[in-house]
Amino acid sequence: MSEPAKGISRADVVHLAGLARIDLSDAELDHLASELPAILDHVASVQQAAGDDVEAMSHPVPVDNVFREDVVVPCLTPEQALAAAPASDQQRFLVPKILGEQA
Amino acid sequence: MNPDLTRSTADELARSLAAKDVSSVEITQASLDRIAAVDGDLHAFLHVDADGALAVAAEIDARRSKGEQLSYLAGVPIAVKDVLATKGLPTTCGSKILEGWIPPYDATVTARLKAAGLPILGKTNMDEFAMGSSTEHSAYGPTRNPWDRTRVPGGSGGGSAAAVAAFEAPLAIGTDTGGSIRQPGALTGTVGVKPTYGGVSRYGLVAMASSLDQAGPVTRTVLDAALLHELIGGHDPMDSTSIPEPVPGVVAAARRADVKGLRIGVVKELGGEGFQPGVRARFDEAVELLTSAGAEVVEVSIPSLQYALGAYYLVMPSEASSNLAKFDAMRYGVRVPPAGVDDPSAEQVMASSREAGFGDEVKRRIILGTYALSSGYYDAYYGSAQKVRTILARDFAAAFAGVDVLVSPTSPTTAYPLGDKLDDPLAMYLGDVATIPANLIGIPGLSLPVGLATEDDLPVGLQFLAPQKADDRLYNAAAALERLLEEKWGGSLIAQAPELEVVR
Repeated sequence: MSEPAKGISRADVVHLAGLARIDLSDAELDHLASELPAILDHVASVQQAAGDDVEAMSHPVPVDNVFREDVVVPCLTPEQALAAAPASDQQRFLVPKILGEQA
Repeated sequence: MNPDLTRSTADELARSLAAKDVSSVEITQASLDRIAAVDGDLHAFLHVDADGALAVAAEIDARRSKGEQLSYLAGVPIAVKDVLATKGLPTTCGSKILEGWIPPYDATVTARLKAAGLPILGKTNMDEFAMGSSTEHSAYGPTRNPWDRTRVPGGSGGGSAAAVAAFEAPLAIGTDTGGSIRQPGALTGTVGVKPTYGGVSRYGLVAMASSLDQAGPVTRTVLDAALLHELIGGHDPMDSTSIPEPVPGVVAAARRADVKGLRIGVVKELGGEGFQPGVRARFDEAVELLTSAGAEVVEVSIPSLQYALGAYYLVMPSEASSNLAKFDAMRYGVRVPPAGVDDPSAEQVMASSREAGFGDEVKRRIILGTYALSSGYYDAYYGSAQKVRTILARDFAAAFAGVDVLVSPTSPTTAYPLGDKLDDPLAMYLGDVATIPANLIGIPGLSLPVGLATEDDLPVGLQFLAPQKADDRLYNAAAALERLLEEKWGGSLIAQAPELEVVR
């Protein structure tokens, strides 16, 4: 059981923003670093609610895989699928380079 | 133009349409005129589709004149929260990241509305990605409460609630993840229903928290809500969490409206400290009315409610942080390259686009959720929160063993001034204390207006809760209370709403 994160630091927020892929500004980092500990303190009480004997519940109803018949059904045309793309080329999504070096 | 058309209930409009006393074009035009007159100030709508709505209305009128059998609500216009995909009509979720996005498909709820011939007036304003309780977190500016334009309409579905309360639409669709249908209902004097989880399809509903989200009706009467619920509900093969059963008989229950012998439990933990005196007074009076009509009222304790808020504010951001990962600026949505970076990578473009496209509350919840799911904290936070759901479900099951429905105030306070809680997220979160338990355990809830608080003359809502799949119990009890209150008031509460200034 980890300790409640009273000590969530600005560096932690920087790390979390990196994981979440959001380029937060310095002002936002400062603000969140000052705000998050209070919110986390408030929600930390859940750790006292239940012991190991209680099952976790991820969904309010039982979740099963749902399959359909393996038949071809109509789907979006390439034009429809690409209509909202920030950039496209030759019926493909055009994206920035995804490798650090020469792609 | 009949000025009363906008004030009619959906049920009255449906009957007038069937009797050919009025056309759908007339009704739809009346709603559009009302929107044009008052929405510049209220801002309940993000997009209005006058041409599309009138085209559907004309088509329904033509089909009706040919003697075609139509759906009961065919021709009655409706507003849809901007979180549900509408083919060919912008869907922004109140976010800049989806500015100008036109979905290539319809949500199942939208498709069912279209199939039944309800003209869609437009898309309503909301807190960005449904994150918030006041509609002030919309990237497109707040919505004002029709009862007092200096106050919030609640949230996240403040647009749908305000549209219905201001007579811009007889019906609207909302979504409820922690109270986003019910709490705006309470704050605007309208009826709001969160159906049983899985009772209404989530296909095409842009997800905030997949295990909590549920679409439902926003109306001015209990019967209207039942009619709409029956229309949009039921099994959908496109949603793996959709319950493979028909909707319970909600319309029949709303028409029954009989609480004689009904066992009602007042939730002890919801209604004490932190609840505004005027809210408690109206709630207590409503419970007394139910007693006088033959209901058996007892007090019920649900001890694990003390953990519900904490569990919700861990589960919801955790799921949201995962769901919102899809906004990566690659396939749709805005793409904002980082400033001053030569030939940026996809990862850098994603991070700068999310920084530019998301607002403060969305960022706050994504960071909180990322933390709660991170290695080393997962068990303590997300895992513990999931266990709370198990305990809550047990406690509610025990409570429902002795009573048919539970009641509480929907919101601890009436509508608060715009800006009041904007800089204090925790204070805003605390306002969800009565509504979130239903989402955590998937049970249905309904908020009914029960009068105005004496200290500020603003609407108060009473919440009914029932076991999973027993949505009909809500409608029966709420319709009975609605009738008792209207007898007492000599009309509906919404009729007492102040006249809105017409901006031409």
